[in-house]
Order: sequence, then C-alpha cells, then structure tokens
Amino acid sequence: MLSDTDWSAIRLTLELAAVTTVLLLFIGTPIAWWLARTRSAWKGAVGAVVALPIVLPPTVIGFYLLVAMGPEGPVGRLTQTLGLGGLPFTFAGLVVASVFYSMPFVVQPIQNAFEAIGERPLETAATLRASPFDTFFSVVLPLARPGYLTAGVLGFAHTVGEFGVVLMIGGNIPDKTRVVSVQIYDHVEALEYAQAHWLAAGMMAFSFVVLLLLYTLNPTGRRA
Amino acid sequence: MSPDTGIRARFKLDYSGFSLDVDLDLPGRGVTALFGHSGSGKTTLLRAVAGLEHAPGGTLSVNGDVWQDAATFRPTHQRPLGYVFQEASLFPHLDVRANLEFGQKRVPQAQRRVSLDQAVAMLDIGHLLGRKPARLSGGERQRVGIARALATSPRLLLMDEPLAALDFALKREILPYLERLHDELDIPVLYVSHAPDEVARLADHIVVMEGGRAVAAGPLTDTLARLDLPIRLGEDAGVVLDAVVAARDEEWHLAHMEFAGGRLWVRDHGLPVGHRARVRILARDVSLARAPTTGTSILNTLPAVVVDSVDDAHPALTLVKLRVGESPLLARLTRRSAHALELAPGRMVYVQIKAVALIG
Repeated sequence: MLSDTDWSAIRLTLELAAVTTVLLLFIGTPIAWWLARTRSAWKGAVGAVVALPIVLPPTVIGFYLLVAMGPEGPVGRLTQTLGLGGLPFTFAGLVVASVFYSMPFVVQPIQNAFEAIGERPLETAATLRASPFDTFFSVVLPLARPGYLTAGVLGFAHTVGEFGVVLMIGGNIPDKTRVVSVQIYDHVEALEYAQAHWLAAGMMAFSFVVLLLLYTLNPTGRRA
Repeated sequence: MSPDTGIRARFKLDYSGFSLDVDLDLPGRGVTALFGHSGSGKTTLLRAVAGLEHAPGGTLSVNGDVWQDAATFRPTHQRPLGYVFQEASLFPHLDVRANLEFGQKRVPQAQRRVSLDQAVAMLDIGHLLGRKPARLSGGERQRVGIARALATSPRLLLMDEPLAALDFALKREILPYLERLHDELDIPVLYVSHAPDEVARLADHIVVMEGGRAVAAGPLTDTLARLDLPIRLGEDAGVVLDAVVAARDEEWHLAHMEFAGGRLWVRDHGLPVGHRARVRILARDVSLARAPTTGTSILNTLPAVVVDSVDDAHPALTLVKLRVGESPLLARLTRRSAHALELAPGRMVYVQIKAVALIG
C-alpha cells in the first residue's frame, strides 16, 4: 500500500494547502474588498492580474516566481538581505508560490460575496452607529460566509492539486517539497503503477468529497 | 426660529442631470413631511441629512448640535439619527431581537432614552423577537425596522417613504403606529413621502420639493391652503384642519367635528367626544353658493369669505381660497361659475362641502 515516503508526501501536501489557504483568506480579503468596492480605473487591471493563474500554464508562473525568488531576483535579494536565505527549493518557497497560484480561487468567491451584499446593509449599519470597521466584522463578514466557505474549499483543493508550480519552485526533495502530485509522477516514471494508483485514487476521492460537500452545504456559493 | 431649537439644513449638490439646492429652517419637533414627486430630490435631501450623501459645503445643525458645516463633517455613524428605509433593510443574518439590539448596544448607556422594551411595545413586535427577518411579513419587517431605529434613541428620525413598498392593507396596519410615535415620543421626524393622504394624516409641517428645490415650506394647514401649491397637487389639492369630536349622532351614525370656524358632520368612526382628529377637505369636493340652499343632500354648509382666487391648470377651472372663521378652505370651480357668482376678495358666500374625510 502506501510507503513512508507516500505518507510524508501526503502530510506535506495537507500542510502546504492548509498554510496557503489560511494566508490567502487573510491576503485575499482586502484585495476582494477593494475589487468589490472600488470605482478606480485600476480595477480591471488588478482583477486581471489576480485571475492570471486561471489561464496561464503553471510552468509560466513557476518560472517567473523562480526568477523573482532566485539569488538575482528582487524577492531573492530581499530574503537574503533579511537573512532568510533563498526561497526556491524550500517549503516557504512553495507556500509563496501557492499563494500566487491559488489566489483567484480565493479572491473571486469572496469578491462575489462582497458584491452581492450591496450598499444598503452598509448604509443601514452606519445609521445604527456602526463604524465602517465595525460594520465589516458585524455585517459584511457574516453575510459573506458562503463566499468564504467556497473560497476556503477551492483554495485548499486547488493547492492540493498543483503540480507544475511545485516542480518549478520546489523541485522534488523528500520531506521538504515533495507533495503528492510529484510523488505520483515519480511512481509513474518508475513504473510503480500500483502505488501511483493508491495516491491518484486517493486524490480523486478527496477532490470529489470536497466538491460534494461544497455543493451540498453551500448551494448559493457555487460561483468560483 | 433661534438656531438652537430647530433643524437648519443647507445643501447644494450637483449630479449630472440633477441638482439639489435647499436652504431650510425646520422646526425641531413634530413631523415634517418632505413632499414631492419622484425625482424632486426629497430622498437625496434626506440622505444628505443622514450623511449618506456627501454634500461638501453643506451645513446642518439639529437643535443646536452641528452635524456638518464648513469645518465639520460627522460621518453617518456619528450622527445621532434613526433612519427607516423604504424596504425595512433588516440584517438577514440576525433575528429580530439582534436586529433591534444592533443599534442600541452601540449607543452609550447615558444617551439611551428609549428602552428596547419601549420600542418593542410601541410597535407591538414582542411576539416576533425570536424570528429571522425572512419569516416576517412586509408589514412586520417595516415595524421592526422602525423599532430598530427608535431603539437608538435618535435625536432626529428620518423616514424615507416607509409605507411606499407596502400594499394598501399593510399601510393601514402601520399608520396607527406612526401616529403613536408622533403622539408619544418627542423626537423630530423628517418624513419623505409622495402620498398626500399620508402627509395629511401625519405631518405637522411640510416642505414641498420640486426639481431639487424647496418650493414651499411651513405649517401643514397654511401651506396646503396656499393657492400656488394646489395646482401642483392636482386632484389632491385640499386642506387639512384640526378638529375635535364635539357630539355624536347615534341615530344617523354621524359625528359632529368642531374646528376653528365651525362644525362639520362626518361619518362616525367611533371616536369619543373630545377626541382630537384631523379632517381633510379636497378642493374638488367644495362648491359655492350665494345663499344657503335648501333641499340639498349636502349636510355641511358653512358661511365663508372669499380671500383670493387663481387660475387652475386647466383653463376652464379656477381655485378659490376662502376663510371659514379662522380656517382656510379651497374650492375648485369652473371659471364660468366663478364669473356667475361674481366672486371677488371679501365676498360672503356659502360653502357646500360634499365630502369630509376623517384622518387619524
């Protein structure tokens, strides 16, 4: 059945997806809020940048992130100056890459939820003495909950399923950057079809259950 | 009106295709109706008062408290107001009780003058407290919306056509509650409406809005009796008089209403003798005669003096302003009749009133 390296890959995958999702919910909220509320001319451009990972091959994103995080890249220089070392081929590097890669899957459902709330509840809250900050937590977040559920599930599932970006940034280091999708690739290359099956079928089952839960628990939050 | 006992509002706003330009001194108590057709700017004015519409350069003070001037702009959540929207706009994720508490708990303890129980009792929503807004009828939702605004102990209550989204039966359900507010609470109210019957029933003062400007403002009775406004009101032109039930005729189910100028028979609605109520007399229901007529079905005939007259919208018609005792009255006649009666200011006539509506 599953070997120790398989289990290690599974653990690493879940860890990566969990950390990425939590980070994205925090980072994605202000971006989604801005996109939902702004009348700025930049809205279209920012929205397009956020959505890029949906259409680009993961290798393209991986390539540019690798360049940026490399020793000569701006991010790489920064992390080295800060004494953090290089990001490529580390778990932290994978997290950074995943945040970019899964961004649209988190930002868009939250943005849709914010837009669906409209102006009226915010105005109502203001007439009831709630400051904008107060209103965000007492009215906006509760009303956007279905959007957050969708965002969290899609962000998590999408990070679990990434392959190209991981390979570009993280390589294939056991216990550090070797996630399930890469492990499956290794098994297939080594003609270990039985082990590849276990992991691949597990991924299928996982993704199915996640989406099933999402669509049954949250019928209104289906827009991704 | 001294500056610390009234609502002083001056706003200038320019949007493409619409501008608001008002300079108003409104009484700091009672119900002031902002009346006009849709697009007249009455809701924009109300939103500017609430701070929901940012009107740079505007000034607003409420009973001595400056909410906005050249140096100040208090954002909406720092203005001690209550706002009732056309749709109740309850928070769908909160039940009725939490909706009511939402505003109240954000008001400092020392400033709370209306208790939650009071607001609940006044709007009669005690049995709804545990329900989610989705499980309320339209009328119940609006009552909760009003109670929620009251529970913040507002110094000014703003109501934006609170009955417009309701059907006739629900309007009749809510109106008594609004009258109760008027009678029991000493909170000034700005009430936006395009419905003359609501205004006649609830308002003490009226501001008539047209094209973003206030074309008339003043006490309800005097303002409605102005000759330059009825033309704008069309079929709804008429006066509202304060009256008291003076006697009741059990046999014919009529009540005798006494007003400053005489008595009128109206249908008996069961109000006790001594009860104060308003009566509304539409200009189209008033006809004039040189002498008291006999052999007519009309019950109410009163002596009056012609004050003035003016051409109506249609060239065949004229509007006549009269005085019955101390009360104004409007009559809509054909110009031919006016000519035949030789109407002129100061002439004594008899008004025959075909219909009197008892309101409130």
